[in-house]
Amino acid sequence: MTEAGLLKPIRDVGIVGYGAYIPRYRLPASEVARIWKDPAGVGPPGEKAVAGLDEDVITMSIEAARNAMSRATIDASSIRAVWVGSESHPYAVKPTSTVVAEAIGAVPNTQAADWEFACKAGTEAMQAAIGFVGSGMADYALSIGMDTAQGRPGDALEYTAGAGGAAFLLGPVEESLASIEVSYSFTTDTPDFFRRANEKYPVHGERFTGEPAYFKHISMAAEKIMSSTNSSPEDFSYAIFHQPNVKFPQRVAKSLGFTADQIKDGMLVSRIGNTYAGSAMVGLTAVLDVADPGERILLVSYGSGAGSDAFILTTTDQLPQRRNLALDTESYIKRRTEIDYATYARYRGKLVTK
Amino acid sequence: MEVSRHWRLNKQRYSLVGEVCPHCEHKLFPPRDICPDCGEDARDLFEFSGKGSVYSFTTVSQAPAGFEESVPYTVAIVQLDEGPLVTAQLTDLGDKPVEIGTPVEMVTRKLRSDGDQGMLIYGYKFRPAFAA
Amino acid sequence: MALNRPSEDDVVVAGVGMTPVGEYWDISLRELALRSITEARQGAPTLRPQALFVANMLAASLSAQAHLGTLIADFAGLRGIEAVAIEAAGASGGAAIRQAFLALKSGSVESVLVVGIEKVTDKVGPLVDSALATGTDADYEGIQGITPTTQAAMLMRRYLHEHNAPDDALSGFSINAHTNAVTNPNAMFRRAIGLKQYHNAPMISDPVNMFDAAPLADGAASILLTRRELLSNNSQHPCIRIAASALTTSTLAIHDRPDPLNFRAAKQSVENSLNMAGIGIEQIDFFELHDQFSILAALSLEAAGFAERGKGWKLAQNGDIQLQGEIPISTFGGSKARGDIGGATGVFQAIEVVRQLQGEAQENQVPNAQIGMSQCLGGMGSTVATHIFASDG
Repeated sequence: MTEAGLLKPIRDVGIVGYGAYIPRYRLPASEVARIWKDPAGVGPPGEKAVAGLDEDVITMSIEAARNAMSRATIDASSIRAVWVGSESHPYAVKPTSTVVAEAIGAVPNTQAADWEFACKAGTEAMQAAIGFVGSGMADYALSIGMDTAQGRPGDALEYTAGAGGAAFLLGPVEESLASIEVSYSFTTDTPDFFRRANEKYPVHGERFTGEPAYFKHISMAAEKIMSSTNSSPEDFSYAIFHQPNVKFPQRVAKSLGFTADQIKDGMLVSRIGNTYAGSAMVGLTAVLDVADPGERILLVSYGSGAGSDAFILTTTDQLPQRRNLALDTESYIKRRTEIDYATYARYRGKLVTK
Repeated sequence: MEVSRHWRLNKQRYSLVGEVCPHCEHKLFPPRDICPDCGEDARDLFEFSGKGSVYSFTTVSQAPAGFEESVPYTVAIVQLDEGPLVTAQLTDLGDKPVEIGTPVEMVTRKLRSDGDQGMLIYGYKFRPAFAA
Repeated sequence: MALNRPSEDDVVVAGVGMTPVGEYWDISLRELALRSITEARQGAPTLRPQALFVANMLAASLSAQAHLGTLIADFAGLRGIEAVAIEAAGASGGAAIRQAFLALKSGSVESVLVVGIEKVTDKVGPLVDSALATGTDADYEGIQGITPTTQAAMLMRRYLHEHNAPDDALSGFSINAHTNAVTNPNAMFRRAIGLKQYHNAPMISDPVNMFDAAPLADGAASILLTRRELLSNNSQHPCIRIAASALTTSTLAIHDRPDPLNFRAAKQSVENSLNMAGIGIEQIDFFELHDQFSILAALSLEAAGFAERGKGWKLAQNGDIQLQGEIPISTFGGSKARGDIGGATGVFQAIEVVRQLQGEAQENQVPNAQIGMSQCLGGMGSTVATHIFASDG
């Protein structure tokens, strides 16, 4: 028996394949500042990834899923679930996941659904996939966290709300690149950030998004999963926390006892922005790209509304070989075309043309 | 609103599924059921690798209806590694100019939408191959 | 080789009529068609058409009007006759003449009126481009946002690349067309251009610039055809017959061709025509080709056999295509300067050939014109209709 609250399947589950996707356009935060703050001033550091005109969560999920499938080296027809978590599903009604499933050849013998839980919709899908595979119902389940994040023009969110995410194919631990030891989910009703139906942009509680929301949920989830497994920060080679900005994950890592070194490989926010449902998951891909076999990883997502999903993973011997079967996350980050605010406004549909 | 004429082509459009002639091995895209090479029945499905090179290309600045919001965009005839030519947009071009012969790879992207309320139509485009 | 001798069952031209090409904001499709019909019927006032073939490509898209055969027959005072519209994109005009030719040869009818009509100004903007794109393969070309201009641009780029030709290799086609249009009262652009204007022309779809592409406009042309035995002998014009008629097809999509720069259908169409007329290509005195884009002129000349592969553009550089040259083309300005009338092109071309053969081309006259060939293309050579006309000499 595991301790109350911990999520552990009957059959051991691992990540059989993973893949990232980050679009090529970059908007420097200084460009947002130039328009909304101080035309002559020096803007904040960092930049965010912006999807091109022909991209959305469906197309980005397809590419991430294809990367995951390349590394998994399994037949797509053996997938039994395709789940996509996002705040930016292109349709209000009509699943993103069916398009993705069709594109990778997983149809028709598969479950497909879209998930919504703010920035943790993707890890929510991962947790469900653990259950799906771990129960023996399925051998493989694909969970994706992907976003083309929304931020109202001029809002603090606009500096970081970026585009990107990752796909994880979960399957039997024997075939995995990383085993998933255990997971845990910490949830309360905390309205720190939300978007009402039919609204274009989310609203947030400013400083209320900090202590009672982000910090509380991530800390509780991380502490619980570590204490329940008798582990402490030094037992992990890497830790990845949801990244709404640079400061929050740094601060929560420090307060939990993690060093800057442990979080640096999974920290992408200053280079691609906050990719909402993709944020923690794409951070994990960057870690898997560099980790050695046998290393332990702590992953904690955060979704407004609010909750945190925590996972403990251990990389396997199969990782170094198979990760070369698809583009690594760094290649996507390095492929960049800087754009100005006008181009960004156009790409994001913020120009009124009709 | 138009739905079925796009839906029925999903497999071809999303992942370049064409055909291979069981008689002469000729690869067909778009699928056409009769091999143009040997005239025999050719219905075996074949998924193309998506790798190819630019045969020719141009830029569209005066777009037909449904594509106005994408201008200027680049259209190409791409020669797939397996042989066939295919007409498709190029995307994510970056700073390097496209040339005849530029290696490209298939990506699935939004082609257009059927008005504001109609379906989103996804299909193949090509981007310069990652120099990974 | 000698041209087949005239015979009683030859299909001959009884009358022709055309409107100037331009923007007819105040005239409807049916009215425009009627203008050319009235003029054509004056050539043989007693010959009532027994059938009407309407060549048109865009009316369904741009004027919300299909069913043109009945519409125009009725409006032209021909209610009750056999009437049908014929569509083969830009080759519609040639296809309609071909159908008229077959109908007359079959003996089923004794006179056919062919009307080429295009009314493109009833819609403006992107809807016009999407209407033009309906002539491409909708599922595999149209869906990628292409238009005929895009296709021509890709062919032109490939042509310049494969043949190592200079960027302005095709300029001669445009310069020639504009020179010839100056003295054609029916032409849309009656202004000569030089190399300088060509070089300064704005780019439409790289490398196709404004002078590589024909301007789309309204126009109507009618040609009344009958058999020689039925024609009254008191015509004031020399008798012109259709010595050959051929229509061939290639793939609809360019990408379905193993070699997109080889217009195989055009080659076949010309070969069929020459065989039917009993002559060789060298006996063609002038060639009204379909220069909707300058690249099409080069590829058509090569396919017909007037130039080797990759050398077509040189005919436009050395004067061979001028009125006094070896093989004059676009003698009234072609699509480039007379104006592009879409599916009506083949009928305009036929009338231009007839005028040359009748010796009535005035300042545009090709010297000693006895045998003329017209050819219109649907798409980038997907459908090719070729006709050889001859005067009785």
